[in-house]
Amino acid sequence: MANLTSTFVGIKSPNPFWLASAPPTDKEYNVRRAFEAGWGGVVWKTLGEAGPPVVNVNGPRYGAIWGADRRLLGLNNIELITDRPLEVNLREMKAVKRDYPDRALIASLMVPCVEEAWKTILPLVEETGADGIELNCGCPHGMSERGMGAAVGQNPDLIEQITRWCKQYTRMPVIVKLTPNITDVRLPARAALRGGADAVSLINTINSITSVDLDDFAPEPSIDGKGTHGGYCGPAVKPIALNMVAEIARDAETRGLPISGIGGVTTWRDAAEFLSLGAGNVQVCTAAMTYGFGIIKEMTAGLSLWMDRKGLSSVEAVVGRAVPNVTDWQYLNLNYVTKAKIDQDKCISCGRCYAACEDTSHQAIWMKPGRVFEVNDAECVACNLCVNVCPVEDCITMEKVAPGALDERTGKVVPAEHGDWTAHPNNPMARAAE
Amino acid sequence: MTNSPQTDGIVAGRLDDATLAAHFDDLYPILDDHEARVAADRCYFCHDAPCITACPTAIDIPLFIRQIQTGQPDGAARTILSQNILGAMCARVCPTETLCEGACVRNEAEGNPVEIGRLQRYATDGLLLANEHPFARAPETGKTVAVIGAGPAGLSAAHRLAMLGHAVTLYDTRTKAGGLNEYGIAAYKAANGIAQAEVDWLLRIGGITVKTGQALGAGLTLDGLKATHDAVFLGIGLAGVNALNVPGEDLPAVQDAVDFIETLRQTGDKASLPIGRHVVVIGGGMTAVDAAVQSRLLGAEHVSIVYRRDRGAMSASDYELDHAATEGVSILTNAMPVAISAAGVTFAYTRSGPNGLEKTGETFTLKADQVFKAIGQTLKGQPDALKTQGGKIVIDAAGRTSVTGVWAGGDCATGGEDLTVTAVAQGRDAALDIHRALCP
Repeated sequence: MANLTSTFVGIKSPNPFWLASAPPTDKEYNVRRAFEAGWGGVVWKTLGEAGPPVVNVNGPRYGAIWGADRRLLGLNNIELITDRPLEVNLREMKAVKRDYPDRALIASLMVPCVEEAWKTILPLVEETGADGIELNCGCPHGMSERGMGAAVGQNPDLIEQITRWCKQYTRMPVIVKLTPNITDVRLPARAALRGGADAVSLINTINSITSVDLDDFAPEPSIDGKGTHGGYCGPAVKPIALNMVAEIARDAETRGLPISGIGGVTTWRDAAEFLSLGAGNVQVCTAAMTYGFGIIKEMTAGLSLWMDRKGLSSVEAVVGRAVPNVTDWQYLNLNYVTKAKIDQDKCISCGRCYAACEDTSHQAIWMKPGRVFEVNDAECVACNLCVNVCPVEDCITMEKVAPGALDERTGKVVPAEHGDWTAHPNNPMARAAE
Repeated sequence: MTNSPQTDGIVAGRLDDATLAAHFDDLYPILDDHEARVAADRCYFCHDAPCITACPTAIDIPLFIRQIQTGQPDGAARTILSQNILGAMCARVCPTETLCEGACVRNEAEGNPVEIGRLQRYATDGLLLANEHPFARAPETGKTVAVIGAGPAGLSAAHRLAMLGHAVTLYDTRTKAGGLNEYGIAAYKAANGIAQAEVDWLLRIGGITVKTGQALGAGLTLDGLKATHDAVFLGIGLAGVNALNVPGEDLPAVQDAVDFIETLRQTGDKASLPIGRHVVVIGGGMTAVDAAVQSRLLGAEHVSIVYRRDRGAMSASDYELDHAATEGVSILTNAMPVAISAAGVTFAYTRSGPNGLEKTGETFTLKADQVFKAIGQTLKGQPDALKTQGGKIVIDAAGRTSVTGVWAGGDCATGGEDLTVTAVAQGRDAALDIHRALCP
């Protein structure tokens, strides 16, 4: 049995699945249920300054998009940080940590960008016995209008500054949670590193409007006929999150900086993908909000079974395994030639590959009498669109053209050696052969 | 309720009212909105979709399913009805497993086609129940067309002609329009008066005058119609029935299945309908199945369908035969009736021989206090001037008969199978050809 125990920036948890800072971790009742269900840790819903708590809207705070059977694909929210008094949250955190010492308990924090504010709150958090803090530099709605959350996350200098204050005033590990609402996620990650961060976590939610009510012409979720952008999360955002995690994992400056991967983790497979792209653990929210805390059982069992089958005995053995394979376009092997191949036994003759290729791509699929669909190798550029639109798994595959064989499209023999853009004759910047 | 399924003889009231009401309600209820979206999501929107080719009316099925999926079932209904104005009844009675659903690529993928029939019903029922008629008439052309027979072919032709601006007079021998949809289909396939609702809705196009109680040879002549109209369309169906030609056929307990089905459809109080304890239905088509299943639903204890050839030769679909079996109907094949008596029907076993079907020499007798004949219907009352072939009025691809100015379609005409949907297609296409002839 694979060992799922996780040590992330020195924080131990029985598995690498933490609940992200969000509604599921807003109070003791929920967190106890989560721990009973088997979650490895929680990042407590973001705490703000002492004093009158923030208020939330009293109309809908979530919007969603669904598949045909109401499968929730993406969720959006306009909820703010915790709207409960600071002292109540701190008291509950302390009680929970006392009763679940083996679980990770992280405090998410968001206070104004002044040194005194951070200096004041950090000892209070430390006193709860929390294992670490996560700086919420990502919340994209409401709080950002007040100069916090994503407003900080979009300014690398501010990230560096508050990280430095935190490192100065607490011994707890500092995780900086990044916003994806930025052009290059490596910049805030580098800033966090400069400020002394122990880790980054990403992604926070993405600015979004889920839909528009076409009777009221109001964006959803709609409050009294008006709407504002919310933060998008759930399965739909996973590809964006995977890329941002990989960008930081392979960046020359931030390489080795621990990453807590967040964004649409719904199954063990999602988690394995985040880990392999460099995340040291993962945080989950939407999946729990959709299905309840019980999904942790599938996640841990699934990850463990997969690791056993792969001969990977620890989480550390998974982390970063795919990072070396993430590269720039210019280094991709242009001598790797494939052609689509349609398995006639599996083909159900729907013709979607034909429509896609004929209408929108390279006219490389023939439709023959009797609804037989075949690939014309002389036109196929191996774009993979037919594979993607085919409703039958493994019916269309991309088959490698062996080195030495003729590529019917180019009329050239496929070279055996690697050849990429950096040395391509069409590239005016091509390096001279050495 | 004084009788039960075990009461001997032909008696009424074998089942209580609640059971009868349940038995004759919709066989499958309409999909709700969510079910429809999930069912619609299964459509692959195939290129040059095989389901369209398989539909005699060539409905753009992937388009209408996509319209359901995007939340516009009324738009879907327009797509359906523009090709097949009787889309609501066709959704109920089409043998979809041999037509659109039989061609669905999902069969190849997983043996389970997109539920095209039920989706079509979801779309068309919505528009029908809202009593919204989506089509408008073109300006009056001043031309008049006589349509004889208000069944699926006649209704389809009349609607399309009216839509194109012609003035249509629609004649039918019966008191209600609808033809087989109203008189010849099992009640549970057309529950809640849907056939009449569809006719009423169809006539809202305007420009169609319905005259009932009139038929060729009964007040109407082809020459008379030709003289008073610019064109004539015949959709007179198959009004005759085949005879068994066996001793005992004249016994009062021996009836035509079509009459039984018609009476059943036209009777609101099903408990008043007499049915035998032991019922034997002779034949192998949809009419046999409808008679046999409804006999069981009325409370007959033992019902058998007996067909002279093997099961593969039965014209009833596998789906229908399976449904009959589920309802407790016994299906016996390779047996032909040789005599009928008060005690029952004696059958001879058959087999295929060099000269066609031959008797094996072995016989058996099924107990029967009621016998329904369902061995096919025949053309009857057609004008002598029209050329016929194989018991059908000969038409060309455009629906033209051998007599200039006279078109025909539906079961009475050659071409296609005897299906509602085929009749609708022929009526529509003849109307288009009539329009071309009248307004070149």
